[in-house]
Amino acid sequence: MTRLRRWFLAPAAVILVLLYGVPLAIICAYSLFERGAYGGVETVFTPANFLRLADALYLTILLRSFLMAGAATLLCLVLAFPLSWFISHAGRRKHLYLALVVLPFWTSILICMYSWMFLLRDTGLLNTVLLELGWISQPLPLLYNYGAVLLGLVYNYLPFMVLPVYAALERLDPHLVEAASDLGAKPAATFRRVVWPLAAPGVRAGAVLVFIPCLGDYLTPDLLGGGRTIMVGNLIQNQFTAARNYPFGAAVSLALMSVVMLLLWRLLKREEEVLP
Amino acid sequence: MRALLKSYVAAAFVFLYLPLVVLAVFSFNDSRFTLWNGFSLRWYRAAWENSQLTHAAASSLIIAVCSTVFATTAGTLCAYGLWKRNTRRLTAALYLSLVTPEIVMGVAMLAFYQIVLAPMSAPLGMHTVIVSHITFSLAYVVVVVLARLRTLDPRLEEAALDLGANEWQAFRRVTLPLLLPGIAAASLLAFTISFDDYVITSLVAGVDSETLPMVIYAMARRGVRPEVNAVSAAIVVLLGGLALVSERLNRT
Repeated sequence: MTRLRRWFLAPAAVILVLLYGVPLAIICAYSLFERGAYGGVETVFTPANFLRLADALYLTILLRSFLMAGAATLLCLVLAFPLSWFISHAGRRKHLYLALVVLPFWTSILICMYSWMFLLRDTGLLNTVLLELGWISQPLPLLYNYGAVLLGLVYNYLPFMVLPVYAALERLDPHLVEAASDLGAKPAATFRRVVWPLAAPGVRAGAVLVFIPCLGDYLTPDLLGGGRTIMVGNLIQNQFTAARNYPFGAAVSLALMSVVMLLLWRLLKREEEVLP
Repeated sequence: MRALLKSYVAAAFVFLYLPLVVLAVFSFNDSRFTLWNGFSLRWYRAAWENSQLTHAAASSLIIAVCSTVFATTAGTLCAYGLWKRNTRRLTAALYLSLVTPEIVMGVAMLAFYQIVLAPMSAPLGMHTVIVSHITFSLAYVVVVVLARLRTLDPRLEEAALDLGANEWQAFRRVTLPLLLPGIAAASLLAFTISFDDYVITSLVAGVDSETLPMVIYAMARRGVRPEVNAVSAAIVVLLGGLALVSERLNRT
């Protein structure tokens, strides 16, 4: 039985090793080399690229990325929890609602971001409508700021929070909630002492699943932030294109990858059962 | 309380669908500006007559079809190989490729191609884009097909083997037909993510391989262009339709 199956694994294994493993290994190597005079790398070992991460400029970018990803995760939770609660109580329409939540994610993130630009820019739809109504006398600065980036991040990764929270709430026995209120618990107390503890594994999984892509996001800060709100992803892109400092870009990539791997490893250890 | 929850949920759905609906509506706007000026198909015609857009659409289509064929084949075989047993390193690599930030995967592939292609003095181009797309859609295919395999009754294949089929025949005649809906769903998903990708593509593309997302991105940076609204609305309908069909196939 096993012989054929092992052969079946071969194409995927070759692709992963050659086109995913080797490129990552190159990045690891680059991060320890010196920058070449005309872009490229000099094969001289140096820890300088990692030390440079401690520079105030780059620390600020790292910190900003963490804060933005954290804020987006929190907002996703606030939005996703009632939504997941509603869907898990929607009876036969559950699958329809879940599909509706995930659909924008599967269409095109780039186009969704483009459309938000269309809505938010100075001559965009929201400002035009508000000006026409006479509620404002000049356009509100809705685009190219942290708020716009945060909105984009929440929009893009909301499904990653809804799915695991829904999975946890779906398994919550409604009798427990009834029992709590029969025994005299107020809604707030029922939520805090019955619902929340049982939903917590889903919330933790959702938090990691949202936080990871937000942290490494490149397109959202680039488009909705207009290049003024630089996050880690933009820093990496810049080092590999305009700045042509591959070794430093590689070091930043590795720092980002190690955070991602650490979070994922912790998640897989704790919440295997609620992952979608 | 119930009414409050309902309005909250309604607001969440408005948030999710507002950009898509607005885009679709304004793609039919007769005016170049944000004010509604009557229904018109002129931007669809303008997009159709824009050779940069049609050329990019053709590139995107070729890339998406090629990478989908390869990724679906390799991914399906891999999922079957992983079924009912534990191949930890490969599974870990697959999941890791799934959560690797796109920008990191993109720059790593760029560095890789520069090293590999430099001795042959071969340029970046459609081939590098296709190879990259195969790599990042592989894990999606494996996850979807594996989920389908887990719903199958393993005794069917065992029965085929007991009745004298060899391994290949059991796979080809019993398991593969049962897997087809899952494989179709996975391939639609692979097509969608390939057609939509911007970050990795823009890093590994050459001069001859500008894709539709790259053109849309460039135009979006320069300001709103009504042709882009039209193309984008068409893409949303196409990819949204594929995603819905994929979802359906997955549940039959």
